[in-house]
Amino acid sequence: MNVGLPHFLTVSAALFALGMFAVMSRRNAIGILMGVELMLNAANINFVAFSRYVQHGIDGQIMAAFVIVLAAAEAAVALAIVLAMFRNFGTVHADSVQSLKR
Amino acid sequence: MSDNAILYSALAILGLPLLSYVLIFFFGKRLPRQGDFIGVGFMGIAELLAIRIFIAFWKIGDPSYRVEKAFTWLDLGGFKIDAGILVDGMTAVMLMVVCTISFLVHLYSVGYMHGDRRYERFFAFLGFFTFSMLGIVLANNLFFLYVFWELVGLSSYLLIGFFFDKHSAANANKKAFITNRVGDWGFWLGILAFFTATGTLNYFELFAHVDAGTVKGALLGWAGVGLFMGCVGKSAQMPLHIWLPDAMEGPTPVSALIHAATMVAAGVYMVARLAPLFGADAMMVILYVGAITAFLMSTVALVKTDIKRVLAFSTLSQLGYMVMSLGAGDPTNAMFHLTTHAMFKALLFLGAGSVIHAVHSQEMPDMGGLRKKLPITFVTMLIATLAISGVPFFAGFYSKDGILGSTLAFGMTSGHYLPFILGITAAAITPFYMFRLIFMTFFGKPRIQEKYDHAHESPPSMAIPLIVLGVLSIIAAGWQTADKGWFAKFTAPYDVPAIAAEFHLEGAPDGAHEMVVDPGQGHGDSHAAVDPHAEEAHGEEHGEEHGGGHHDVAHTAHVRAMIMSICAAFLGILLSWWVYNRHKVNTAALQKRFHGAYTVLQGMYFFDELYHKTVYPFTLWVASMSAAFDKYVIDGIVNGTGYLTRLMAWISGLIDKYFVDGAVNGVAAVLQGAGEGFRRIQTGRIQTYLVYVSASVLVLVLVYRVL
Repeated sequence: MNVGLPHFLTVSAALFALGMFAVMSRRNAIGILMGVELMLNAANINFVAFSRYVQHGIDGQIMAAFVIVLAAAEAAVALAIVLAMFRNFGTVHADSVQSLKR
Repeated sequence: MSDNAILYSALAILGLPLLSYVLIFFFGKRLPRQGDFIGVGFMGIAELLAIRIFIAFWKIGDPSYRVEKAFTWLDLGGFKIDAGILVDGMTAVMLMVVCTISFLVHLYSVGYMHGDRRYERFFAFLGFFTFSMLGIVLANNLFFLYVFWELVGLSSYLLIGFFFDKHSAANANKKAFITNRVGDWGFWLGILAFFTATGTLNYFELFAHVDAGTVKGALLGWAGVGLFMGCVGKSAQMPLHIWLPDAMEGPTPVSALIHAATMVAAGVYMVARLAPLFGADAMMVILYVGAITAFLMSTVALVKTDIKRVLAFSTLSQLGYMVMSLGAGDPTNAMFHLTTHAMFKALLFLGAGSVIHAVHSQEMPDMGGLRKKLPITFVTMLIATLAISGVPFFAGFYSKDGILGSTLAFGMTSGHYLPFILGITAAAITPFYMFRLIFMTFFGKPRIQEKYDHAHESPPSMAIPLIVLGVLSIIAAGWQTADKGWFAKFTAPYDVPAIAAEFHLEGAPDGAHEMVVDPGQGHGDSHAAVDPHAEEAHGEEHGEEHGGGHHDVAHTAHVRAMIMSICAAFLGILLSWWVYNRHKVNTAALQKRFHGAYTVLQGMYFFDELYHKTVYPFTLWVASMSAAFDKYVIDGIVNGTGYLTRLMAWISGLIDKYFVDGAVNGVAAVLQGAGEGFRRIQTGRIQTYLVYVSASVLVLVLVYRVL
């Protein structure tokens, strides 16, 4: 069986869909964060796959490396926010924090 | 005396009484002697200035010479009113007359009003009155003439009602004021008529307009009658004379001031000053009103027993003479008579005041034999009585004779003899009732012994004015004969030949057509030098062959009138002596015999009753009509408007409530509803937003794909 671009894109799409589902459905802020990580990695797979099959360069790989760094930074900031949230509200559920609503 | 000096003196004369009024009115109570010395002193200064001006004009000797100064007082585009003073010969004489009488009355009042409760107020009002009168004399246009005219009305109201706690005085001043208002109404209409026709109010501009024929015909006639109505009111001519006898309620010095030199003189002065404005028709009205007043009022004086009332009716009669003279086209003699009359009438009133002061009664039956008790009063009053009676060599003779001469001359040319007949009859009646006054007051036996014993001569402040006026009553006419007078230096008829010519064209009998009457210049050669212009105009009009004809008529008339008036005067005096001194006629029996006539005279021809029966109910009727009109029509309109407004307000309230508010609330409700709806979308949950975002992306992709 010859593995081609469509296979990668299928995996990537599945991964993105799973990540998105996690972001939409989870109440736990950390779960949402993990969903975001999944979506970012789906994007990374796309970058690498397109770079391999379409462009024949290393631009995609470089972009993927940047995204990984960005994801790390994002995770650090996001976890800090979650920590602060927990300290202030005593919960990590995103829908229970609604003091701006009223 | 330069023009400027004359102007400033005239201004000072006008200002001094006003200043005296202000000072005494506001500070009189705090000043020593309640400030009477201010009034007397200021009037004294004014009198000296008036004498200066008089002498200056005497030296100039030209009646047409005048000094006029004006500045714009009100400028409304095309409508301009000047304020200015005019000084000419006539003004100089009037200033002299007014200031002299006013000064003497001020001086006299120091004695007469001594101890009165409102002593200082009296002097303040005297000053104000004098100021108003001098304003009339000095005004150079009709507007300011009218302003001061009304001020005289007001100040006479204040003075006549000086004893306002006396009911009759309070009524008398109201009567004077309202009666004058009737005349002033016509006066104002006349002024407006001239103003609309010519656009100017200045005397000499108006004269030029009338001369040029801008105002003529019926308008000139009616406007002249309008102006004359002012004179009828102020100078108390028939039928508006009714206020004057009642005005006797005022203090006696006021009567002297009002009836001799100021208020009643204003009307005569006004007509004389504005003589060129009166057309032939107006002159006819003036002539007859004057003649009838002169006659009827002198007859009333025959039966009155109140000393001041007799004098009041003699004033009315003498004013009738002046007005008659104006109507006969002879303002010169009218002004002359005004001057001499001012002297002897002021003297008579002040003398009467002195008598009243002595016996504390105004009724002549309470007096009698007073000549021993009041020698100064007696002698001076006798002089004045001789003057008013028209006895030769006393002032009144010359002026009255001049008037009668002019009236006769006018009658001879125009055929209107009635005024002369009335005038000469009054000239016989006047000495009769004047000597009746003298005999009843000063001769015979005292009728009430108690009052006689109590009587005493007045203090010097009252006696001095009497003496001064006594001298003036003799010399006021000067040394001249009736032909030749100092007065010609001061006044000249403005355009009498033209007026006379108009008469002659309109109504003179055919035979007399060349004998155009010219009473103003009817004194033979003397006036040819005075008024060469008139002579010239006359010559041009009538040509050589008729020249001098009018001189004959005027001369003849004057000689005849003089003889007749001397006869009339002596006849009157003799009869009076016969009846009231020798008691050869039983007056009580006479009264009973001619009871009807006596009642009519005692009732003053029932003018008051006539007005009571006609004017009074008519006024009430008009008032009730006005009240009804006000109640039903005006109030109806007002109430209707109110009702309509309320209705409109109610409707607009409804519109506001349901329509405007509905729109506003509707918008708000829509926005609120939309807000409610959109609020639901904004949950604050990040997941929900993400669902929207991804759904939107999906939709967009699908749309993009499909299209």
